[in-house]
Amino acid sequence: MELTGAEIISRFLKDEGVEHLFGYPGGAVLHIYDALYQQDAVKHVLVRHEQAATHAADAYARSTGKPGVVLVTSGPGATNAVTGIATAYMDSIPLVVITGQVNSTLIGNDAFQEVDSVGITRPCVKHNFLVKDVNDLALTLKKAFYIATTGRPGPVVVDIPKDVTAERTRYVYPKKVTMRSYNPVVKGHSGQIKKAVNMMLSAKRPIIYSGGGVVQGDAAKSLTDLAHQFGFPVTNTSMGLGGFPASDNQFLGMLGMHGTYEANMSISHCDLLIAIGARFDDRVTGKIEKFAPGARIIHIDIDPASISKNVKVDVPIVGDVNAVLKVMLGQLKEAGRSPDGEALAKWWQQIEQWRAKECLKYDKSSPLVKPQNVIETLHKVTKGNAFVTSDVGQHQMWAAQYYGFDKPRRWINSGGLGTMGFGLPAAMGVQFAHPKAQVACITGEGSIQMNIQELSTCLQYNLPLKILCLNNGYLGMVRQWQEFFYEERYSHSYMESLPDFVKLAEAYGHVGMQIEKPEDVEGAIKEAFKLKDRLVFMNFLTDPKENVYPMVPAGAGLDEMILI
Amino acid sequence: MRHIISILMENEAGALSRVAGLFSARGYNIESLSVAPTEDESLSRLTLVTRGSEEIIEQITKQLNKLVDVVKLLDLTEGPHIEREMMLIKVKAGTASQREEIKRLADIFRGNIIDVTDTTFTIELTGDVQKLDAFIETIKQTDIIETVRSGVTGISRGAKALTL
Repeated sequence: MELTGAEIISRFLKDEGVEHLFGYPGGAVLHIYDALYQQDAVKHVLVRHEQAATHAADAYARSTGKPGVVLVTSGPGATNAVTGIATAYMDSIPLVVITGQVNSTLIGNDAFQEVDSVGITRPCVKHNFLVKDVNDLALTLKKAFYIATTGRPGPVVVDIPKDVTAERTRYVYPKKVTMRSYNPVVKGHSGQIKKAVNMMLSAKRPIIYSGGGVVQGDAAKSLTDLAHQFGFPVTNTSMGLGGFPASDNQFLGMLGMHGTYEANMSISHCDLLIAIGARFDDRVTGKIEKFAPGARIIHIDIDPASISKNVKVDVPIVGDVNAVLKVMLGQLKEAGRSPDGEALAKWWQQIEQWRAKECLKYDKSSPLVKPQNVIETLHKVTKGNAFVTSDVGQHQMWAAQYYGFDKPRRWINSGGLGTMGFGLPAAMGVQFAHPKAQVACITGEGSIQMNIQELSTCLQYNLPLKILCLNNGYLGMVRQWQEFFYEERYSHSYMESLPDFVKLAEAYGHVGMQIEKPEDVEGAIKEAFKLKDRLVFMNFLTDPKENVYPMVPAGAGLDEMILI
Repeated sequence: MRHIISILMENEAGALSRVAGLFSARGYNIESLSVAPTEDESLSRLTLVTRGSEEIIEQITKQLNKLVDVVKLLDLTEGPHIEREMMLIKVKAGTASQREEIKRLADIFRGNIIDVTDTTFTIELTGDVQKLDAFIETIKQTDIIETVRSGVTGISRGAKALTL
């Protein structure tokens, strides 16, 4: 039987196993929406802004490992989605974004709601397609899912002109696709792996630095096994949190600009750095010449272009992180040698001294609500089991530092692009993927206003999110930089006329709470989580002067931290 | 260091702009670029000349390889190779002495005069970049009306080839 392009899209998504589709209708995608209306296999989630659709789908992917899928219309629908696409691209998240396009006969004529979606998204996608012929549609969609989810994952845009969605052709679900120009490496080079294992066995001051590749590559268990068998300390990037249990004694916390003293000092003094699924981002390395200056470096990554991009490495291993780590574990067994126990004991002694600085301590007797305490209390109330999304700024760093993630895929944040407005739609995506789970969104009064319209979506779908707004009245991270580096000239980092968030939450049909005293923090969070089927917006009025410590100033080495 | 990178890629709309976009987005420079389909119509062959340290060239080849449309690539400058560029140059040739001089120079450089008017000659010249540069330098600057160059193309010497 022949199907229209629109029906093919809807059938294909079902056959591909897509359960949720985040989108917003418009002229160019009306045929597709009509086809979706006549089926119930794929559940469409109607957001309030296309940016939110991409963030929700992105977080759906981050929390499940399955690709997130988005459907938006042409022109402004596509451009609104771009921020979300770029966010997913920077963090290597598998996303398939279907954008409607004007009729193919009108392309290039400045038609109504026309934009060159393929051109605009090219620099921030793994790949993109313009489908000109309905006969290519199913295979192109299959390619999009294949490219998005394999190798180093990333977003793929499929731009489909309206007339293509109306034309008819025979539909057969393409089960498999092969592409001569795209063959991602999976297995690591066993000789290189052997070299790495030998270096690890003789290391005296080693450290494992792992990133988002471990979380996205489902390698958390292998990493934990490896770290335990070698007895090496582990530090995570912001993207890598949860890839190794935070409560494990071998965990040194996050590294980088707001990393812990012990993590950054260990990096600065190690003799062997094992980078796993991480990409030596500038927020991680600080001044590159001072990064792990005395270390030989092993780098395991699925993307060859990530290797020796920022930091020259000694032993590159290109491959799927989990596969490589498993081979490493096997080789360690075969080698029949153990790591240098004496040297490691000395190294740990040194690390414990750094740890004793307690770089994350803060004033617990303050009469003001301390943001760090809100996060610690959230951890306590949720027993560390919540999915936590965040926006961008100080609250993001506090969440990363103080929640203590023991499991992968629980910490959902925009690490690479640093997209304010990510947190709330991300929490929606997570809740759709895990309807029974506790989902908390940690945000600030600045970030939340960048996608606050999604409170309406949350009501439509009864998403019982818990929003913790650390409201200090300032764009806190900007304020902090202005305090440290601009002689306290607080240029436009203070927002006057903030809305009454409690009333706002109520206006959207949710529960609002205001918390002003430290002694009310725990009770409020407990009460919020007791309201199992309601969204609760907690507006914490926090200490406006609180800063994120430790901090490595831009351009300094990791051992040149500002401590509290 | 100057490198000539030869790329086989899918002959699809937008493939060229992915390559060009990569260079501008990552701040690499392109000295020249030439592209055309191969004997297999589904493939295009693109030759680009770029400059950079070994690290930068390594990044460039890795990033190019990452592009989904890129099937295969080869840095020709890593081995013995031949490079060629074609130039069409239109020069003033109004007087008998001018015509004589240009004819002689074109012969020396093994160029062909492919268009003649009362006042101009157009010469076709093929060679490596230095040869074309040298020819331009030989002609009096004020006599040059127009030049157009194809950009460098190249191929490996011997049996080595960039094929599927």
